[in-house]
Amino acid sequence: MRLELRLERSRKLEYLVPVVSVLLSLVVCAVLLLSTGANPLAAYSAMLKEAFGTSYGITEVLVKATPLILCGLGVMLAFKMLFWNIGAEGQLHMGAWGATAVVMTGWDGSPWLMIPAMMLGGFAAGALWALIPAYLKVKLNTNEIITTLLLNYVAILWVAHFIYGPWKDPVSFGFPMTMQFPEGAQLLRLAGTRVHLGFVFALVIAVALYFIQEKSRWGFEIAVTGGNPNAAEYAGMNAGRNILLVMLISGGLAGLAGMVEVSGIQLKLLKDISPHAAPYGYTAIIIAWLARRNPWGVVLVSILMGGLYVGGETVQITMKLPVNIVLIIQALILFFVLGGDILSRYRLVFDRPGQRPKKAALSGG
Amino acid sequence: MTDDKIAVALRGITKRFPGVIANDSVDLELREGEIHTLLGENGAGKSTLMNVLTGIYRPDAGSISVFGRTVQLKTPKDAIDLGIGMVHQSFKLVPTHTVTENIVLGLGRGFSRVKLDEAQARVATLSKQYGVKVDPNALVWQLSIGEQQRVEILKILFRGAKILLLDEPTAVLTPQESEELFHTLRSMREQGHSIVFISHKLDEVMTISDRITVLRGGKNVGTVLVQDTNPQDLSHLMVGREIKFATFPKKESRGEQVLEVEGVDALNTRGLPALKGVTFSVAAGEILGLAGVAGNGQQELAQVITGLQRPTAGTVRVQGADMRGKRARHFIDAGVSYVPADRHGVATVGDMSLSHNSVLRRYREPKFGKGPLLNFNAAIGYARRLIKEFNISTPGHATPVRSLSGGNLQKVILAREMTTRHHLLVVMSATRGLDVGATEFVRKTLNDHRHQGGSIVLISEDLEELLSLSDRIAVIFHGEIMGIVDAETARIESLGLMMAGQRLSEVA
Ligand SMILES: Nc1ncnc2c1ncn2[C@@H]1O[C@H](COP(=O)(O)OP(=O)(O)OP(=O)(O)O)[C@@H](O)[C@H]1O
Ligand SMILES: [Mg+2]
Repeated sequence: MRLELRLERSRKLEYLVPVVSVLLSLVVCAVLLLSTGANPLAAYSAMLKEAFGTSYGITEVLVKATPLILCGLGVMLAFKMLFWNIGAEGQLHMGAWGATAVVMTGWDGSPWLMIPAMMLGGFAAGALWALIPAYLKVKLNTNEIITTLLLNYVAILWVAHFIYGPWKDPVSFGFPMTMQFPEGAQLLRLAGTRVHLGFVFALVIAVALYFIQEKSRWGFEIAVTGGNPNAAEYAGMNAGRNILLVMLISGGLAGLAGMVEVSGIQLKLLKDISPHAAPYGYTAIIIAWLARRNPWGVVLVSILMGGLYVGGETVQITMKLPVNIVLIIQALILFFVLGGDILSRYRLVFDRPGQRPKKAALSGG
Repeated sequence: MTDDKIAVALRGITKRFPGVIANDSVDLELREGEIHTLLGENGAGKSTLMNVLTGIYRPDAGSISVFGRTVQLKTPKDAIDLGIGMVHQSFKLVPTHTVTENIVLGLGRGFSRVKLDEAQARVATLSKQYGVKVDPNALVWQLSIGEQQRVEILKILFRGAKILLLDEPTAVLTPQESEELFHTLRSMREQGHSIVFISHKLDEVMTISDRITVLRGGKNVGTVLVQDTNPQDLSHLMVGREIKFATFPKKESRGEQVLEVEGVDALNTRGLPALKGVTFSVAAGEILGLAGVAGNGQQELAQVITGLQRPTAGTVRVQGADMRGKRARHFIDAGVSYVPADRHGVATVGDMSLSHNSVLRRYREPKFGKGPLLNFNAAIGYARRLIKEFNISTPGHATPVRSLSGGNLQKVILAREMTTRHHLLVVMSATRGLDVGATEFVRKTLNDHRHQGGSIVLISEDLEELLSLSDRIAVIFHGEIMGIVDAETARIESLGLMMAGQRLSEVA
């Protein structure tokens, strides 16, 4: 069995792959559930009903989707330029920290001033965090996959240092968290729900990115660089500057996701700003890949992923299934999408028995 | 199908791509022991037909029989098993491996050291048997393009191919290398191999072929014996009209110096000296030809005068302005256009549409947008104009350029660079892969450009093209200019000697 480059690439496959991947991962996960004695159909329908069947469920889905959209858009932009930013999780933590830092100055003012200041703090902290690997890439050509990944751990520890140390709320009974934010530092919520203004920000930014990507000269530069870096150089584009700019936005958006989480949901800085089982920053990588470099795709996939989070929490409670089911389904989706992408670019060739080559060869057509 | 002399018979082959019929019920018979040339304009469907015969594309209709047996070619492996091998235009060799390793690579039979020695011996025998000169121990990165092509040929011979398909092999060869290739092809023919040869150069087609099949718009419009035809008839068959071969009068008066290169040194990608003290200038209304065997510093020189590479010493001036420390973008803004040799790897973005590619180096111009915004409608309009003016055959402006035929991709690049309002045009291998009509058109456009006062640096290995178009010809060897001669009075022999390393003073 070998892989051969397809010379005719199909557009249909491009969109079919994500859909089929999601379905396949649900099937495989069903088998896993069966093996634990659970009824997968019941589990799935409970998840679906909980996530999209009640108005409460839907609002909770949007709550989860908000940071996912922001991180997903940032990751998508970097991927579009073939800069493999897998550091959204760290950038999100730094953003949460940066927003909290504004509050920790002791300032208690009008939300009209505090919220923009916190947004700026979150964006800037996330952006700076992302600029470190970008700068290293431009100056020293370091591998960004490694640097962005490692900086995630640093950022998480950085946040931990502050909530266990200087910013710890003295009346928290020893819990590692800051005090609750004053009202001026809290994002407006839709009455009776946890859906907050951050969701609107995320949608506005999706629109903005769409215009940058499709209508602007700079978007053209990013697309060319991602399509053929040599051609970008030939066209007089400044690759270094573009890497820095793209990562500034990419990290900034993840930082903003951190800001809206602390200011819209947690109302304080604490340890698990991103779900432990399936952290937002990593889920964003799957979202960006599934969304095919399309901002609307990111919004759509983020909402579906949000449903998976909400549904997963439900079956954990009602059916006593481990919440890790979310992580498993996500991992399976990523696995199938990546595999599907290889198959849409290469085709599988079965050699007739008797002359089977010993080594698998990845031969170009 | 009783005729056992037929190596391959294609019947009614049809291959459709979105928006085009690349092959329209094509019949073709390849006899055993013949050299059969496929001729046709850019986009006529030659490469597609060969890709069908090697199992890369599956035809929508038609049948293929090989040595009298009807076959289904599902993958390239099927074709190899039937003894069909193809040399593509871009090679797929691993640069850090030796010639022998590359040849056995992908055979996948787990070659051990011992077997590698055996393979090496066989490669040596094959190369002697067919007169394919290449050192089995050489590392591929050390080889010239012509030598790499020989490795590809050996590779398919090693796999026991009896039917060889060569897609425009001479496009990348010097005349001498082409001669050697023809020698090899004849010796293969003598030993019973059947060969399909694709080329746009009618004179070599007339010397090497036994029979010639002409494709037009995906259809077979005729197969003829070489002795029954001539270049005029062939081009008439190909294009359906006469092609006028013009001569290009030089311009009497030249203007100011547009490009001045002084004492330029530069390194190649491996950090070794590639240019040494290169000095020359080009005036407005002048075409300077740069002759030389590929790999003697042409690439680096082109990059230095287009701002893609910084010289380690010396100066480059464009219209009197010192370009020291300037980037490619400043060169573009200063009116320098560039057609690089590598059209897939550098000059285009394969997955982007023709209209996007047509503004690749021009997207900053006010004409194509306002402020930060790019006006894609303007780009589409411009692409439409290029398609019309340069007669690019494509389903439309939205087609990704990856799916254009080789010659049509070259046309897109030439069209883009030549229609820019520029002062200096640097062109490498301008007419490589173009059909006769397009070649004439490009030459004429270059000539017009000169007469409108533009300057051109024409880099080519094709001395005849250089002689017919250039005002002066500079010869480069090992990164040094051997001399600059007037094209009117230049003799081919002395240019040849200079290309081999003799200085003008020694030759004259
Ligand atoms: N993979 C593909 N996808 C879509 N269209 C294609 C593809 N390959 C070829 N075509 C189209 O099929 C037609 C024939 O192309 P082909 O490459 O066979 O031409 P050709 O005769 O080899 O031309 P050239 O002399 O320029 O190399 C062209 O219109 C081309 O755009
Ligand atoms: Mg071709």
